[in-house]
Amino acid sequence: MQEITTKEGFVPNIVAFCCNWCSYAGADLAGSSRLSYPANVKIIRVPCSCRVNPMFVLKAFQRGADGVIICGCHPGDCHYVTGNYYTRRRMAMLFSFLDYLGIERDRTRLEWVSAAEGAKFSAVMNDFVAKVTALGENKKLSDLRVKEGE
Amino acid sequence: MKEVESKMLERAKVLLESGEVARVIGWRKGAFCHDPEPASFESVDELKDFVYDYFCGANLSKYLIAESKKEGKTAVFLKPCDTYSFNQLVKEHRINREKIHVIAVECMAKLDIGKIKAKGLSAVTGVEVDGEQVKVQTLYGEAVLSKTEIVLAKCATCNKTHQVKDEEIVLHERPVRDVNRFAEVEALEQMTAEERFKFWREQLSKCIRCNACRNVCPACSCIKCVFDNPQSGVAAKANDDKFEEQLFHIIRAYHVAGRCTDCGECSRVCPQGIPLHLLNRKFIKDIDETYGEFQAGESAEGKTPLTEYRESDLEPKDVLKEGK
Repeated sequence: MQEITTKEGFVPNIVAFCCNWCSYAGADLAGSSRLSYPANVKIIRVPCSCRVNPMFVLKAFQRGADGVIICGCHPGDCHYVTGNYYTRRRMAMLFSFLDYLGIERDRTRLEWVSAAEGAKFSAVMNDFVAKVTALGENKKLSDLRVKEGE
Repeated sequence: MKEVESKMLERAKVLLESGEVARVIGWRKGAFCHDPEPASFESVDELKDFVYDYFCGANLSKYLIAESKKEGKTAVFLKPCDTYSFNQLVKEHRINREKIHVIAVECMAKLDIGKIKAKGLSAVTGVEVDGEQVKVQTLYGEAVLSKTEIVLAKCATCNKTHQVKDEEIVLHERPVRDVNRFAEVEALEQMTAEERFKFWREQLSKCIRCNACRNVCPACSCIKCVFDNPQSGVAAKANDDKFEEQLFHIIRAYHVAGRCTDCGECSRVCPQGIPLHLLNRKFIKDIDETYGEFQAGESAEGKTPLTEYRESDLEPKDVLKEGK
């Protein structure tokens, strides 16, 4: 695993919330299948994607994340039957709202990755990190005023 | 409005004298003609300060959370927009409906003293409204203004009707407004992401974190609030080194999403004049467009859009695709 770094030395920081039952196992499978994904991705295991309070996403950005991705079981496959349906509504509204405030829409993402989709996990993470790297540093939701003063 | 006021006063007297209610929630005269304040009247004596005029914009429904816990019944005067908040609070089990007597009162749109002052008038001593014309009396003379220019932002696009009433005091029919309440939101959506960010940064950086919007909001009825927790990371004073205002307002808007009745109190009380209702309206618009039309507070029963789901719901990326 290698971190993606741009020529200017920008190392994107990605937070990935992965549900315990599907996506976390998917990440595991990616690893045991020797499929790589960038080391910029920091995985946080949650019991279900619906455990992700929208505030977690905001807090991650506030503390310096450049992109936040939430991964859960495919709709209909939730370990708790309906959790990911709620996630879908919540995140759809949150992402659209962040877009309304002028936050780049490629910084947020919701993906369904099952425990059998190691290859998808790796592909999704590679793609997401590439997009966030292209966007550059998250200046809008982190300690904006301090950075501007520099 | 004077007629309505005297009818209300009369009714409040009867209710208090007969002992049918223990208190009446209404508006009391302030220091000036333009700052009446919400008040609880417990005796006929106290009613001498009762007032209902064009500056009574305050939504009284939130006060009922505390009042409905007290001994005896409480009568309250609710304008059309307030009744939505009332329903929403009943739905969330914050108000004990049985202990409240709702008197629906007419509202012919309320005036914004800020907008009157912005017209260059100071020391306002009174207003006389005649249809679309408002005669403003000041210590320095009189001026005539157009009503549409000086109504509260929340009244400018309001077509709400009473959703709850035990009795009503409505003497005049209010004309239906032909305005799109999402026009400002749509204008923002048409901008580029950079322009939107600039707009919101300018607006939100005015925030002094006085918490007035939170305290007045009928949907913000949590007893313990995340912003009061110093560990939350969003509770510091305004001149912290974090860009907290933005987070504060995102979190607040999200927390009331699907429950906000668009009563517009947040923008009315903001001492910095931030158009906070545009944040809530974005959520209302998104919910309407994505999950079907929904007006919070229309009913005191049923689920809200963010507490239910459909298997056919759109993915976040498809919701976004439709925007700019």
